[in-house]
Amino acid sequence: MSPTGPATQGLASDAAVASRETPPADAPVAPREGLEDTTGAVVVALAQMAPRLGDVATNLDRHLTMIDEARRGEADLLVFPELSLTGYFLKDLVPEVAVRLDGPELERIARAAGDLDVVVGCVLESDETRFHNSAIYISGGAIRHVHRKVYLPTYGLFDEQRYLAAGDRFRAFELLLPRASQPRRWRAGIVVCEDMWHPSAPALLARQGIDILICPSASPGRGIIQGAALGTALSYEWMTRTFAQLFTCYLVYCNRTGYEDGVAFWGGSRVVGPDGSLLSEPGGAGEALMWHRLDLATLRRVRIAYPLLRDENDELNDRESDRIRSRRAQD
Amino acid sequence: MTSSTTVSQTVSAADALRIDTEVVLSLLVGFVREEVHKVGFQRVVVGLSGGVDSAVTAAVAQRALGPDDVVPVIMPYRSSSPASEADARAVCDQLGLRPVMVDISPQIDAYFERFPEVDRTRRGNKMARERMSILYDLSFAERALVIGTSNKTELLLGYSTVHGDMAHALNPLGDLYKTQVWALARALGLPDRVVDKPPSADLWEGQSDEEELGFQYALVDVLLYYLVDERRTRVELRALGYADDFIDLIVQRVRDSQYKRRPPVIAKLSARTIDREFRYPRDWGR
Repeated sequence: MSPTGPATQGLASDAAVASRETPPADAPVAPREGLEDTTGAVVVALAQMAPRLGDVATNLDRHLTMIDEARRGEADLLVFPELSLTGYFLKDLVPEVAVRLDGPELERIARAAGDLDVVVGCVLESDETRFHNSAIYISGGAIRHVHRKVYLPTYGLFDEQRYLAAGDRFRAFELLLPRASQPRRWRAGIVVCEDMWHPSAPALLARQGIDILICPSASPGRGIIQGAALGTALSYEWMTRTFAQLFTCYLVYCNRTGYEDGVAFWGGSRVVGPDGSLLSEPGGAGEALMWHRLDLATLRRVRIAYPLLRDENDELNDRESDRIRSRRAQD
Repeated sequence: MTSSTTVSQTVSAADALRIDTEVVLSLLVGFVREEVHKVGFQRVVVGLSGGVDSAVTAAVAQRALGPDDVVPVIMPYRSSSPASEADARAVCDQLGLRPVMVDISPQIDAYFERFPEVDRTRRGNKMARERMSILYDLSFAERALVIGTSNKTELLLGYSTVHGDMAHALNPLGDLYKTQVWALARALGLPDRVVDKPPSADLWEGQSDEEELGFQYALVDVLLYYLVDERRTRVELRALGYADDFIDLIVQRVRDSQYKRRPPVIAKLSARTIDREFRYPRDWGR
C-alpha cells in the first residue's frame, strides 16, 4: 500500500488540471510560468491515504514523502485526511499518539512543506491534558490555524467522546498560499468529518466568508443495500454537493482509505465546485494523490448567478436565534 | 422473478436483504488481503465442507490472495455425505485450489469408543472441534491464518459450535445473512450444486439446517434483519406479519447464545481490566 505518484491516474484523468502539463514525480521543481493569470487559480492536492494505526513515526515519514511529491507537482495546498498522523480507531492509544502544537512532529511537517500549504490531521494534547481530534493548517513554516473537531460521534461504531475532548468554535481563516499568484486572498474553513453532518457548522463558516470548505475525513464504509451503493458514500455524495452549492464555495473532501479492525474506509475524496458539480471523478478505494485546480473566477461567476450568500439574512437569523434561546431560558 | 401482483410487504422484506454484490465483494476481498498481510501472513487455511459458506469464503480468499495462497482442507467423517466431498472438490476445481484431505473418522471413533452412548449433538460438536484442531495445526504448518466461514444468521442464532466452527482468526462473512451469502455465491458463479442444495452441517446423515432450526432461512433472515439491523419494535414486527411465537423463539435464541459471541467473562478486580478499561484496537501497531 504505497501512494500512487502524482503522474498516475489521479492526474491523467483529472480534467480540472488538464490545461497544465504535469511534471513526472522525479521532475525538478519548475518555475510557475504561465500561472500568473488573473483567475486566481490554485492547485489543491488531496492525499487520500491509509495511515498506519497508532504509528506516528511511519505516518510522519509518509507525510513527508507526499509533501515532497506535492511540491514537485507544484501544488499550492495539500490536504490530508482526518487523523492522518495516527489512524482513527485509536481507543486507549490516544494519549500515546498525541502531539503538541509546539512538538517536533508538526515542526518537521512545517519545515518540509516550506512554501507549500498543508492541512494535516492529528490528536492534539493541550496543557490541560485534553486530547482533541484536530486539523492543522500550516503555511510558510508555521501553524496558522487549528480546528478542533466539535462534533465527536459517539454512537454506532463511533466512540470519540470516550477518548477525546470537543472543540468549541468554527472560525474562518485566510489561506496564505505563497506559491500562488492571486488577485486576492482565499478564505477557508475546516470541518472534520462528523462536523459536516451538522449544517450549522458550514453555515457559521459561510457567514464569516469562505471560498473553500475543507473537510478531512475518516469515514467508515457501511450500508450494503442494493441500489444504494455504499450507504455512507452516498450520504457524503449528497452532503458535499449540497453544501458546496448552497454555500457557493469549493468543497475539498479528503477521506482516508484502508482497514482498521475489519472496518473499511471508503476513500472517494473529491473537490466539488461552487455550483455543486464534481471537479473530477471522486477517488476510488485505494491510496492516491489527487490534483485539482480551483479558481476565484469560477467562484465569482457562480456567485453572480446564485447570490445566495448576498441574500442570506443574518439579522433575521440572529433575531430568531435570540428568541429561541430566551424562550428556552424561560422553560 | 417477482410478479407484479406481489404484495408490497413481501417486496420490502426481499429488498431488506438485497445487497450490491459488487460493493460487498470488493470490501471483503480488501478485508481479507489487509487483515492477512497486516499481521505478517500471506496465506489462509479454510475448511471446505461442500456448503455455500465455505465455498464463498474460499472464493473471496482466492480473489484476495491468489490460488496458491489459499489452503483448502476437506475433512470428511465416514458418515459424511459423499456428495459433500464431491461438492467441495468442485469448488476447488473451479477456483484452481489443491485441497488437503484429512479423514477425521479414526480420531473421532477412537474417542467415542470411551463414550459409546453419546447423542449426535455431542458427536457433532466433537467433529466440529476436531476440524478446528486440524485447521489450527495446518495453520502453523502452512504459515496460514485460519479463515472462518460463520455467517450472521448462524452467529445470531447460536447455530454453531463454540471453539469449533466459531474458532478462526478472521471472518469475512460474519456480517452477512445466509440469504446474502447465497446472493454472493451466485455473483461469484460458484457451482449450482453448491448454491442450490439444502444447507446442512452434515454432522450426521440427513441433517438439514432448516429442519433442525424449525424455520426457513429466507424467513428468519428477514426477521433478524428487522430485529437486529433496524431494531424494530414488537408492534412493528406484528404489523409486518410476524407471529408472536416466532418472534419469541428467535429473540430467545439470540439472547441465549449471546455468551458464544463474547470472550470469556473476567472477574473484575483491578482498576484496568482487559476489554473493560484496557481498550486497544486489534490492529494495535499493525
